[in-house]
Amino acid sequence: MTYIDNSIFFLLQILFFGFGWLFFMRQLFKDYEVRQYVVQVIFSVTFAFSCTMFELIIFEILKVLNSSSRYFHWKMNLCVILLILVFMVPFYIGYFIVSNIRLLHRQRLLFSCLLWLTFMYFFWKLGDPFPILSPKHGILSIEQLISRVGVIGVTLMALLSGFGAVNCPYTYMSYFLRNVTDADILALERRLLQTMDMIISKKKRMAMTRRTMFQKGEVHNKPSGFWGMIKSVTTSAPGSENLTLIQQEVDALEELSRQLFLETADLYATKERIEYSKTFKGKYFNFLGYFFSIYCVWKIFMATINIVFDRVGKTDPVTRGIEITVNYLGIQFDVKFWSQHISFILVGIIIVTSIRGLLITLTKFFYAISSSKSSNVIVLLLAQIMGMYFVSSVLLIRMSMPLEYRTIITEVLGELQFNFYHRWFDVIFLVSALSSILFLYLAHKQAPEKHMAP
Amino acid sequence: MASLDRVKVLVLGDSGVGKSSLVHLLCQNQVLGNPSWTVGCSVDVRVHDYKEGTPEEKTYYIELWDVGGSVGSASSVKSTRAVFYNSVNGIILVHDLTNKKSSQNLYRWSLEALNRDLVPTGVLVTNGDYDREQFADNQIPLLVIGTKLDQIHEGKRHEVLTRTAFLAEDFNAEEINLDCTNPRYLAAGSSNAVKLSRFFDKVIEKRYFLREGNQIPGFPDRKRFGGGTLKSLHYD
Repeated sequence: MTYIDNSIFFLLQILFFGFGWLFFMRQLFKDYEVRQYVVQVIFSVTFAFSCTMFELIIFEILKVLNSSSRYFHWKMNLCVILLILVFMVPFYIGYFIVSNIRLLHRQRLLFSCLLWLTFMYFFWKLGDPFPILSPKHGILSIEQLISRVGVIGVTLMALLSGFGAVNCPYTYMSYFLRNVTDADILALERRLLQTMDMIISKKKRMAMTRRTMFQKGEVHNKPSGFWGMIKSVTTSAPGSENLTLIQQEVDALEELSRQLFLETADLYATKERIEYSKTFKGKYFNFLGYFFSIYCVWKIFMATINIVFDRVGKTDPVTRGIEITVNYLGIQFDVKFWSQHISFILVGIIIVTSIRGLLITLTKFFYAISSSKSSNVIVLLLAQIMGMYFVSSVLLIRMSMPLEYRTIITEVLGELQFNFYHRWFDVIFLVSALSSILFLYLAHKQAPEKHMAP
Repeated sequence: MASLDRVKVLVLGDSGVGKSSLVHLLCQNQVLGNPSWTVGCSVDVRVHDYKEGTPEEKTYYIELWDVGGSVGSASSVKSTRAVFYNSVNGIILVHDLTNKKSSQNLYRWSLEALNRDLVPTGVLVTNGDYDREQFADNQIPLLVIGTKLDQIHEGKRHEVLTRTAFLAEDFNAEEINLDCTNPRYLAAGSSNAVKLSRFFDKVIEKRYFLREGNQIPGFPDRKRFGGGTLKSLHYD
């Protein structure tokens, strides 16, 4: 009996590992070359164990396989993932950061151990200001680690959730799209090319000046060191003075050209969005956007109510929905049967959308900030974020499940103050959503003014 | 002084291969101290003596347009970049010898720049795949430069250099392999400097001298003769 269980779990883990590997290769690292396979392995392993946790929840609801083997796998999975998130990934992040710095190259291991110890210190200190533990736990228990990982993960979730809730209707709805015509784009492109021409003519003068200076035997050296600066005060050739002046003008013009380039790219993007909004898909998303904006307002409202009235929801949406239908609408049906299936569907949707949403966000983030030097470090940071995010999802998803399914999570994770996490989530969600609204409002207001300028 | 003639050369390649360092080295004969992200396009100018040492020596300005970004950029960024590809006289393709992907991406880079200039003839391969036909027909001189040569171990050097030789052959171009932080690779008189000088001479020739002498065949002729005959006309 247990052989079959174990082999099923093992197979599924291999499957998740393969999926993480493919995602890494095809999406994240598609423009880079993987030179350190360790990074890819760590990412895929983190992904595999995180997904296994979700799979265990689903198994719990559907009552698949043996209950004791489920419990065993829960414990094992949790231990492994905590090991990865607290020991392995931070250590490798430190190692790759140190490898990038040429000075410390020799004693890489030593410095990465030092970095890891610093990380552990701050990680431990994180537990102090929060009332997350009952004092009866020892120092080296799973609860200590999980509680801290939970705090970080819940903060991340709430930040992303708040921003996503506001950004989603903003991008979907075409109401917010600025009106961009081809003439606007052409005008901006012309300005960009004019600026480039001005830069070129100044650089031509500089190149010619340098050439004549070189032929005459003077060499233009930037004043280096103390004596160099003193010398350059008294004996500076007129040619080099000219050069520094022109260089300053060129710097200003180059900054202008960069701004114009970014604005033009922005205009092209807006134009594409306008065209997209005229298609069927675009109209569908526009409609969804209205729906999501109502949902977003409702969520902000609920979060405020929760905080103000110090209320933590006792029942999950499934049971409450069933109660409402049974009591108010008078429809009788087999509660146990339907409760199981509906929870499965609801929890399944939550899991799939959160995994997908996180992977898409991580990919966008990665493209935006990575370079060929820092790609390893960034991917490992993303793996760390992903692991913590998924662990906290398990923490919070407990609230969406009916009582009989919550017990396994409470058993496995230990006596954590779950209410605290929900309250913390509400607070951070509110802060994040309100600041996103402010930020988007400012960005939206500022943009049209730039293009109105002659 | 600004009345010298000029030619425009694009410098293309993935992020982080060393285009800015290369351009700085070519134009100011100095190593770039603090390379940073190139946003948009940065230009620099090199003064070049065409046919140096002969009685027909003439000085030209060579504008090196270093276009930043990656091949996988959003289409809005690609459309914005396209404005820099107008009336290009030569293209330098830069790749990182330690990163194979950057060499593979050069095909996409060259297609992005060349498609901008091609008259829509219907011979375009629209899915962006590499097609030798297009390069055989290409009039714009290309040069392939591999950077970070110092980071290749002695043992792997032969394998890497063979691969880049194939790459340059695909583009019908010369190749130079160097390290942008060391000016001695382009010291006067070295074979790299000679190749560079020949490339710039070819660019200037195509721009200013072939117009008067040879007649560039019109579109129907191009299709009839294919790549072979054209190559023999314009190769030195």
